Amino acid sequence: MTDASLYPPLPLAGEGRGEGGSHVSAGLAPSASLTLGPLSRKRARETKLSRRHLLLASGAVLIAAPALARDKGQPASSAQHWGLLIDTGKCSEGCTTCVEACKAEMGLKGHDRPLTDAQYVRKIDVKDPATGNTHSLPVMCQHCDKPACVDVCPTGASMKRADGIVLVDRHICIGCRYCMMACPYKARSFAHEEQTGQQPYLPRGKGTVEGCTLCVHRIDAGQVPVCVEACATRAKGAMLFGDLNDPNSEIARRVATEATTRIRADLGLLPSVRYQRI
Amino acid sequence: MLARLLVLLLMFGITAAALAADLPAPPKAKAGTTCVAAAEVMRRDHPDMLKHQRDDTLRLGIRGGTASLRDCVACHATRAADGTPVPVNAPGQFCQSCHAYAAVTPDCFDCHATTPAPVKEAAR
Repeated sequence: MTDASLYPPLPLAGEGRGEGGSHVSAGLAPSASLTLGPLSRKRARETKLSRRHLLLASGAVLIAAPALARDKGQPASSAQHWGLLIDTGKCSEGCTTCVEACKAEMGLKGHDRPLTDAQYVRKIDVKDPATGNTHSLPVMCQHCDKPACVDVCPTGASMKRADGIVLVDRHICIGCRYCMMACPYKARSFAHEEQTGQQPYLPRGKGTVEGCTLCVHRIDAGQVPVCVEACATRAKGAMLFGDLNDPNSEIARRVATEATTRIRADLGLLPSVRYQRI
Repeated sequence: MLARLLVLLLMFGITAAALAADLPAPPKAKAGTTCVAAAEVMRRDHPDMLKHQRDDTLRLGIRGGTASLRDCVACHATRAADGTPVPVNAPGQFCQSCHAYAAVTPDCFDCHATTPAPVKEAAR
């Protein structure tokens, strides 16, 4: 299953900044802030780039931020649809850079119980039994366009934001874990223990379900998700983040021209996370 | 007559008891900052303000509103002698001092951070 034909354009609901692609509008500077490691961040901030440029420099892929921070008071808009494109050809077995970066960013502390500890990204190694061909890929919440978790949630806590990010509203989550059973990607975790030391941007507590937020706090501030940043700066740059609704974005361009797949595409949930070379 | 005297005594007793209870004395906010609303408004309405905005922020993605719990904590968390921030829900601290007086137990801090942002750059 490949390609953009699977990706129905979302209706532009008239809110936000008009048609897809125009969200980086006249009032915003054309230069993109770079998302880099802490060491090179200061130096790179002075560099001006077209936001579509993908730079290769000394082994590190520097990714231009796909959008600038949304204006204060503006809601997320369906003019944008955030997604990931993961090239499994660049994802090596045993590399857990994205997983570790996620845990550090989100303040996830385990209890040494791998089966129940919260994890937003996990690494999966797959093998084709016929040929012996192996792949390693990160699997996080796939931010489906038709999320099963949202369908089954009895309270409305499991929700999809206008820009396609699937979240848990912990304020009304009752911890029934129906979404965990409905999700075919095993993307959600349950907080079994009382939590301490939460990050201010990621409240999480006992008795609620949680999962990858696509780093919504970073996206709203105009940054890329931390796994993408970590992969670009400390691994092989296998992950690309961007706006699938913006035809000029790197991710939309590649999805339109290259073969991409969604895992378990047969289920018809239309994930926003796509993979290549699996 | 006796009954009236008893009622009068009882009322006086209740008033005296109320006055005797120590009013909460929350620590001052960070110096040089102004709250998003007047103290009388905040005292009465902060639960509604926070509850209204949490839905706007999470479900609609509206950032930068006035009633942010994170901003409350950033201004109102005190620091211990060694410079480490003290949780706002610790006894005698900003949130807890009034909540203890009013005998309410909000659930905010089951999930939300009780101290300002920790330094996280080192971890990444």
